[in-house]
Amino acid sequence: MAVTTARATPALDVARIRADFPILEQRVNGKRVVYLDNAATSQKPRQVLEAMQRVFEEHNANIHRGVYEFSERTTAAFEEARAKVARFINAPSEREVIFVRNATEAVNLVAYAWGRDNIRRGDRIVTTVLEHHSDFVPWQQLAKDVGAELVVVDVDDEGRLRRDQLSAELRKGAKLLAITQASNGLGTVNPVREIAAEAHAAGATVLVDAAQAVPHTPVDVQVLGADFLVFSGHKMLAPPGSGAVWGREALLERMRPFLYGGDMISRVTVTKTEWNELPWKFEAGTSSYVDAIGLGVAIDYLCAVGLRAIHDHELMLVAQLLSRLEAIPGVTVYGPRTVEDRVGVVSFNIEGIHPHDAATIFDREGVCVRAGHHCNHPLMTRLGVPATTRASMYLYNTVDELDRLVDAVHKAKKVFGV
Amino acid sequence: MYRDYILDHYKNPRNFGELEGATHSYHDSNPLCGDELTMSLRIGNGHVDDVRFQGKGCAISQASASILTEEIKGKTLDEVKAIDRDQVLANLGIPISPARVKCALLSLKTLKGAAWGLTAWPGEEKK
Repeated sequence: MAVTTARATPALDVARIRADFPILEQRVNGKRVVYLDNAATSQKPRQVLEAMQRVFEEHNANIHRGVYEFSERTTAAFEEARAKVARFINAPSEREVIFVRNATEAVNLVAYAWGRDNIRRGDRIVTTVLEHHSDFVPWQQLAKDVGAELVVVDVDDEGRLRRDQLSAELRKGAKLLAITQASNGLGTVNPVREIAAEAHAAGATVLVDAAQAVPHTPVDVQVLGADFLVFSGHKMLAPPGSGAVWGREALLERMRPFLYGGDMISRVTVTKTEWNELPWKFEAGTSSYVDAIGLGVAIDYLCAVGLRAIHDHELMLVAQLLSRLEAIPGVTVYGPRTVEDRVGVVSFNIEGIHPHDAATIFDREGVCVRAGHHCNHPLMTRLGVPATTRASMYLYNTVDELDRLVDAVHKAKKVFGV
Repeated sequence: MYRDYILDHYKNPRNFGELEGATHSYHDSNPLCGDELTMSLRIGNGHVDDVRFQGKGCAISQASASILTEEIKGKTLDEVKAIDRDQVLANLGIPISPARVKCALLSLKTLKGAAWGLTAWPGEEKK
């Protein structure tokens, strides 16, 4: 399908992009919606919605099973989506791309299928306080189950990873480094390429949680040097239910399956089962194949706009928002104060107003932000706050929308008399 | 949602602080929001002679607790045990969105714990 809406230009044609997202025309409480919760999930362009609709209307059938045309067409579209994902992250082979429902399922796949055979009593798993619960709880529980040690590397007061501490911990030896490429709570980007090299030198396998990176910045698994990389589709214009694990073929080949059942087998007798080849060995049951096809179309869209241009646009928005928020008395911004090594996430609090109260007032103004712990309890504890208010930007957001957010901050302060 | 009297209860909470001679005291929280509440009662002859609460959190959770303490003073323990969620939501007098119901009802949960003689959610009492 052709994506004709946006071309790679130095600056984004945001008006043109916005025309592809019908939801952005919606009104909330009588005001045009300002959607700034993209780190939670992104909106979907017409191109994705229509492509999925077409599957259902024109050739829906289960994949890898039928010998009739519908099934063959749907299977081809599904496998084409896999090829798009592989190209998008520069995977050496499509066999290394496994479709899952989301990044959480992706990490669990690795924790069960790789972790349980490779992490043993006394081994060390190194991770960071920046991790989303999805890249934290699976390792915490694995460590508990097998008697391994979970080492959690701290951040500095600006929310940047303590590289000195990380290096020291890796030097003590580690079996696994599980690290986020970009923090969903603060927007910090970790220098994963250098860190992965360091971790490999220490003998560790490296899993990169790229859920907040792949949608916002070019990601090349071969440049990063990771062993596993995971992300969700719904944060990158694709439907919920789509996501992927990329893993090195040699590792995936040696791993046991994650889920057992249909499609992941090559032969079943009453006493034993042989597994299907990669990547299908890890795709038991009927996949969310229409969602995966939607992910392929979302990738087309992002590529047509250009990831570099999207990243630059977000950083421009971050710079604008940081300077506006810092000018408001009583507002505290958490995380890096500069746009260096950052994605479009800005966390803040207003003194005297709980984030939930702030977000409720913002909602009255039609402004959607996240208020809470962002699936980041350890990070919130580290920051010494129960919760923050988080604005997260994407390709369709504008400076005018940031002004609406800032107006809403002033409104909240007025209501609370602070 | 943020009527003046809600904000007034939030900023000037009634019956706030420690209660000397408390006979019943219960602490609870909404870990997802960071809301915390402790409700302390002094019960004599089956009546609430006095009540205090302490806590921190959003305006809805704290105002709800403040309003509830005013409501229960002088009531019998049985009357306190009979207070239900509809009454607490009605006391707030504002529409509470589904996502904020937990904030509004933390006060009731904490009061019930105290009224029934618990100190914390079973299994989470301070050792």
